[in-house]
Amino acid sequence: MQPFRVHSGRAAVLPRANVDTDQIIPKQFLKRIERSGFGEFLFHDWRKRPDFELNRPESTGATILVAGENFGCGSSREHAPWALADYGFRAIIAPSFADIFHGNCCQNGLLPVTLTPNEVERLFSLAGNGPLALRVDLEQCEVTGPEGFHAGFTMDAYRRAMLLEGLDEIGRTLKLEASIAAYERQRDMEDVA
Amino acid sequence: MPPRTLFEKVWAAHVVHEEPGGPALLYVDLHLVHEVTSPQAFEGLRLAGRTVRRPDRTLATVDHNVPTGDRSLPIADPISATQVRTLVENVRDAGIRFYDLGSAEQGIVHVIGPELGATQPGMTIVCGDSHTSTHGAFGALAFGIGTSEVEHVLATQCLVQSRPKTMAVLFKGRHAAGVGAKDMILALIGRIGTGGAAGFVIEYAGAAIRELSMEGRMTICNMSIEAGARAGMVAPDETTFAWLRGRPDVPVGDRWDATVGRWRALRSDDGATFDRTVEIDVSQLAPQVTWGTNPGMVADITATVPAPDAFDSAADRQAVARALDYMGLAAGTPLEGLKVDRVFIGSCTNARLEDLRAAAAVLRGRRVASDVRAMVVPGSQRVKAAAEAEGLDRVFSEAGFEWRNSGCSMCLGMNEEILGEGERCASTSNRNFEGRQGRGGRTHLLSPVMAAAAAVEGRLVDARAFL
Repeated sequence: MQPFRVHSGRAAVLPRANVDTDQIIPKQFLKRIERSGFGEFLFHDWRKRPDFELNRPESTGATILVAGENFGCGSSREHAPWALADYGFRAIIAPSFADIFHGNCCQNGLLPVTLTPNEVERLFSLAGNGPLALRVDLEQCEVTGPEGFHAGFTMDAYRRAMLLEGLDEIGRTLKLEASIAAYERQRDMEDVA
Repeated sequence: MPPRTLFEKVWAAHVVHEEPGGPALLYVDLHLVHEVTSPQAFEGLRLAGRTVRRPDRTLATVDHNVPTGDRSLPIADPISATQVRTLVENVRDAGIRFYDLGSAEQGIVHVIGPELGATQPGMTIVCGDSHTSTHGAFGALAFGIGTSEVEHVLATQCLVQSRPKTMAVLFKGRHAAGVGAKDMILALIGRIGTGGAAGFVIEYAGAAIRELSMEGRMTICNMSIEAGARAGMVAPDETTFAWLRGRPDVPVGDRWDATVGRWRALRSDDGATFDRTVEIDVSQLAPQVTWGTNPGMVADITATVPAPDAFDSAADRQAVARALDYMGLAAGTPLEGLKVDRVFIGSCTNARLEDLRAAAAVLRGRRVASDVRAMVVPGSQRVKAAAEAEGLDRVFSEAGFEWRNSGCSMCLGMNEEILGEGERCASTSNRNFEGRQGRGGRTHLLSPVMAAAAAVEGRLVDARAFL
């Protein structure tokens, strides 16, 4: 997994709540058996509308997405973070995320940053002034931007360490083989008792 | 030991390893696998030189992208066929129990798990599908995961999880005829919103839950995810045990008795506390129908389409205005009377035998409106066979419904069964997101009896008038 430490880039804003993963990557693109190549289908239906936020010139080349609450709700499809990452996003900022989507992002080095609703509103309004440049720092757990924008965020220590180091979670779990095997012996005995 | 909730008991029984302040490593008793979210996981295992740790705790079928027409024909879509073939190869190589398209046990993964008795109280169950919450109806801790986590479970039979919070949802009172589990869960989602239970595991309780069949409890737990919950659970009781008894995967004889004895302890202790409690009086409940583009945008069938101005926040007003535009609805329009083009009875939410019986009771002696295309897609081939054994297929066919083979079908439209641009559909499925059932399609979620009544009238109607 690609580590995430500090990233500076242009932010695109999507001031909508409850953006579901069916919008992020519609079902007709889930038939592929690869992890790559989903970026061109990101927000497939919405991108056909000229007024869609990501079609604005100031969103061109964006690597940070700022969105409304409960981002990534609905289907568990990991194709959603694959599509966002493949399109070029490195971080997503929102007041809240759906649980499964949040976990899926962390598995792919795509940093989900939870800021307060007021801080996200401030970013939406800053984006009204033209292209918005932000800096997302996972080492310091802070987001900085123009006009003195500064916001701290929290992330659970385990996820943060995984992202900072780009660790392989399976490899880490397999080091606990003795504990897993001991648990299994007990569990399998219960099953035949 | 202090009083514990059902969730806390199941959680504690599955912790393999835990470090202070960190997430737990949870053991997974049952891993369900399907064709759409697993190929990249198996590929990841191969690339890392890893193997499937417990094929005996893994169960696979094909459901998401498969056609539901003639099963003697090959899958016409080459990409779908490749995805199915990839699963066939992966499960064969790993020695995983698998129900292929031609199997009498094939079906939607969340229908066949319980049907086989593979789903049991007190288990941890995961699947690369958000509606895994369905299995919580049996007192299992069951939740959806992403493909990277599917790979993690294949390799380790464990999952790294942060401990969620707990929410009690108490359904009080007795619901009226024509109102049921689907209306109860839609009403809850309408009340707390699509993100209202994010970070929580819900335990459903109260008299109205105790009176529900297992099918009804599955409908409710199934849609927990539509309120954002990590999982939904119902404590097992005599209804649960009677439903499971004699199913292929459950123990028999003395072992059955001993197992049921253990299952009886799976309930929240008196005095156990929850982080949040929500109460809903079902005696006041009318049949529910969604009017917008997420399951929280829902109202009584007797209500009108709400106006954006009726909402407090600017974000809500904007979301409602956008939803009404997509749905082709004007504020103030009565929901009853909205013309429908299609009716879909199916999905892991509402395609079990009880659902088909309820819909058939409305359809007996009636005809689908001439300009409506209606289809039934049974939740599994076993459900289909059981329905045929009692003649339900004839009721549906004589009424003008298409009687099909099982799969996810038009719930998510990954196969050829999709809505056309602008088509309005009364659907027993679980998501009314934009384009969910086909690009430009307009979905109204409702119960099986409401779907059947809508098919007959060709418009949304109050099913209570049909009983």
